[in-house]
Amino acid sequence: MYENILNKYQPDKDNLIYILHDIQDNDSQNYVSEEAINAVSDYLDISQSHIYGVLTFYSMFSVKPRGKNIIRLCDSPPCFLKGSSKLYKKISKMLNVKNGQTTKDGKFTLELVACLGVCGNAPVAMINNDIYADLTEEKIEKIIKKIDKGDDNVS
Amino acid sequence: MSQNKRMDVLLCCGSGCISAGAKKLKEKIIELSKKHNIENEINIIETGCMGPCNLGPVMTIYPEGVFYQKVKVEDIQEIVEEHFIKGRPVKRLMSQGDNKVISEKKEVPFFQNQVKVALENCGYLNPEKIEEYIALDGYEALVTSILEKTPEEVIQEIKDSGLRGRGGGGFPTGVKWGFVQANKNKPKYVVCNADEGDPGAFMDRSLLEGDPHRVLEGMLIAAYAVGASKGFFYIRAEYPLAVVRIKNAIEQARESGLLGENIFGTDFSFDAEVRMGAGAFVCGEETALINSIMGMRGQPNPKPPYPANSGAWQKPTLVNNVETLANLPTIMRKGAKWFSSMGTETSKGTKVFALTGDIKNTGLVEVPMGISLNDLIFNIGGGMAEGKKFKGVQLGGPSGGCLTAEDLQTQIDYESLKAKGAMMGSGGVIVMDDTKCMVNVAKFFLEFTVDESCGKCVPCRVGLKQMYNILDNITKGKGKKGDIERLITLGESIQKLSLCGLGQSAPNPVLSTIKNFREEYEAHINDKMCPTCVCTDLYHIEIDKDKCIGCSLCSRKCPVTCITGSRTEKYTIAQVDCIKCGNCIEVCPVSAIDKIPGMSSEVLNIANNIEED
Amino acid sequence: MKTLADLKKIREQAQKNMSLRESNNRIKIVIGMGTSGIAMGAREVMKTFLNELANRKIDDVLVTQTGEKGLSSMEPVVDIIEEGKPTITYGLVNSEKAKRIVSEHIVNGKVIEEFVVEAK
Repeated sequence: MYENILNKYQPDKDNLIYILHDIQDNDSQNYVSEEAINAVSDYLDISQSHIYGVLTFYSMFSVKPRGKNIIRLCDSPPCFLKGSSKLYKKISKMLNVKNGQTTKDGKFTLELVACLGVCGNAPVAMINNDIYADLTEEKIEKIIKKIDKGDDNVS
Repeated sequence: MSQNKRMDVLLCCGSGCISAGAKKLKEKIIELSKKHNIENEINIIETGCMGPCNLGPVMTIYPEGVFYQKVKVEDIQEIVEEHFIKGRPVKRLMSQGDNKVISEKKEVPFFQNQVKVALENCGYLNPEKIEEYIALDGYEALVTSILEKTPEEVIQEIKDSGLRGRGGGGFPTGVKWGFVQANKNKPKYVVCNADEGDPGAFMDRSLLEGDPHRVLEGMLIAAYAVGASKGFFYIRAEYPLAVVRIKNAIEQARESGLLGENIFGTDFSFDAEVRMGAGAFVCGEETALINSIMGMRGQPNPKPPYPANSGAWQKPTLVNNVETLANLPTIMRKGAKWFSSMGTETSKGTKVFALTGDIKNTGLVEVPMGISLNDLIFNIGGGMAEGKKFKGVQLGGPSGGCLTAEDLQTQIDYESLKAKGAMMGSGGVIVMDDTKCMVNVAKFFLEFTVDESCGKCVPCRVGLKQMYNILDNITKGKGKKGDIERLITLGESIQKLSLCGLGQSAPNPVLSTIKNFREEYEAHINDKMCPTCVCTDLYHIEIDKDKCIGCSLCSRKCPVTCITGSRTEKYTIAQVDCIKCGNCIEVCPVSAIDKIPGMSSEVLNIANNIEED
Repeated sequence: MKTLADLKKIREQAQKNMSLRESNNRIKIVIGMGTSGIAMGAREVMKTFLNELANRKIDDVLVTQTGEKGLSSMEPVVDIIEEGKPTITYGLVNSEKAKRIVSEHIVNGKVIEEFVVEAK
């Protein structure tokens, strides 16, 4: 089932990080499963432990299933100075999850991450591939509700 | 409004405009549109007063929404023939309110006092069009370099310019190139380090997004100079737009023959591709970055060997930061002399800084090296936000140091900042006002480096965690005598013993805040007091009985019901039960409730008893 | 491209295309579309400009994009470039402001001073 993705790349171990990104981005649960690791291991002819080592080294990869939407809240000093901890409390309370946890309905995962590089408009969060800036508790609540609703419409 | 008519003429028929002759205008419009046979295309509507009676008679023409003022009967002919028939609005009858702003240029210190080299085109050209970059002299430096100069001449030019690495190290760029060029092993690689992980720095992202061709041209010039045939842009995965823009630039350059075999008919062949990170701060370190490019864990290697001799796939590899590369086209075009005429004795040219934190104008600025911190923060940056007082500034991200108001006259160059205990780093300037607790800030920076330590070497992995534990205790009122000395000893050992730049610089924020704000550490440890009321355990909340009106709002909003009292007795907080949520402060209508530095005596007694037991 | 002359030819053509006089565009609206701008709502602003211009059947105004100007605290930032006039930079633009910029500035030539960050 991973052939479509794997065949896009030369079977060269340099491409490992690219392939893992691609697999994770196309996974409905935003993670790299054991089956996927096995498939990559066969394709690139490298050991599973090597792949596992790479996956666990980089913070954007996950070997556990995650939510459909990933909320990456910046936890770096410029955002901290501008009140990111209030946002964390707000999201945490709203979705009933802590850092690294996924909501029961599988819609959201909350992650505290290092600098997202939009510090001039702190505090910021990245939800999936979009950055939201100059956030307040009200703003983030609205955004999450909107994304939540969008999901309902799709399903 | 009628649907089959193509134009609506809204004629103001308020009393002001009527008295100024609006009705006559209407007659004239009807007369002339009949004459030109367009009366069926135009809808004339009389409206109520539009407001600007002093400018009457006025009218608005839709669909465009053109607003005419002080219209006279003689003007109607021009309006009908030019605007209604030919679609060209009559400028002289339109609003004239712009004259003032347009004649007096509005210049703001933020833009006015900058000198842009690397950021020259950012925010001006369309980053997705190679033609626009070429129109602004793009790729001229590359073409003249490869057609008219030898690689040695290019390297000499960069050496003469005095350009130093903009990513943090500050190593002379030309010298680094010389090392790679001298190694005869082939193939050679050029890597653009765009793993911009320093919290508070975002110039590399902005450059890649805003002027990708400039960075690509810089890479090509570097590649020609050192004899490399392949280049990699290593971009962190947090920057998806930067990845898109640079990939687009590479594609366009290939189509234009600027990348590929025998570029411009010379022996120089070069191609570039993008490699993505996946969230690891340490990958900004060049040996870690090279490991990551090769698809491995991004852990650093001991140096030597330096990448110049044995880098990617053990081949000579030049690693340059985005901003460094972005300076090259302009230096080659305008010459080393021009570039080195800016800046100080040891730090030439300009540097991009990212202003963040409690400053009014946040954003990216490019200034000549050597300007003072004071100019940067208070002139260009517009000073402190919300009228608060300046307390400190963290320069160089989590690896840098924190300076105080006393250091504001320091000139910004590599050496002066180092002498003060800070560093240039990648150019992050995080400004803090006097409501910030420096112990807490230092702890926060350390938390970042503890998280991001790759774990390969012990001093960094274990030592930083120990420093963090000590700081955490201090902020929770569990600080002990001698903690400050322990932090200094630990910090200095970690600096000396760590494998890479991350560990070597991670203790800096703690050490520099101890140096500059020692009294705050002492207050936390000795007096169990956070002077700025940030550390939750080291302040308490009190109700001022003189101000309290006994309304009971605070008591009702308290989630742990620790506020009791009555209208006559006023209200008090049971300190032992208070969780310091701050609800009471927010709801008090007379601002009678406030945070007081230090533990309350009740809590302090309990804490002391526990310690004695 | 094979020679310096080729590059110069492309440059001349590109410069012509970029100048308003040659391109039949009266005004160029340039929207800052870096991550900062987008995160602060630049996409919505661009959509509003395009819609407003279409509704008003204005076809001599070009809407285009650029990267970040640097002043993050004023994003989204929009430049209005007109031949022979100072370039006006508007800051903190949202849909409402974009509508006013079209009706007051683009159509009626009146600079909205309260939104201006820089004019040069």
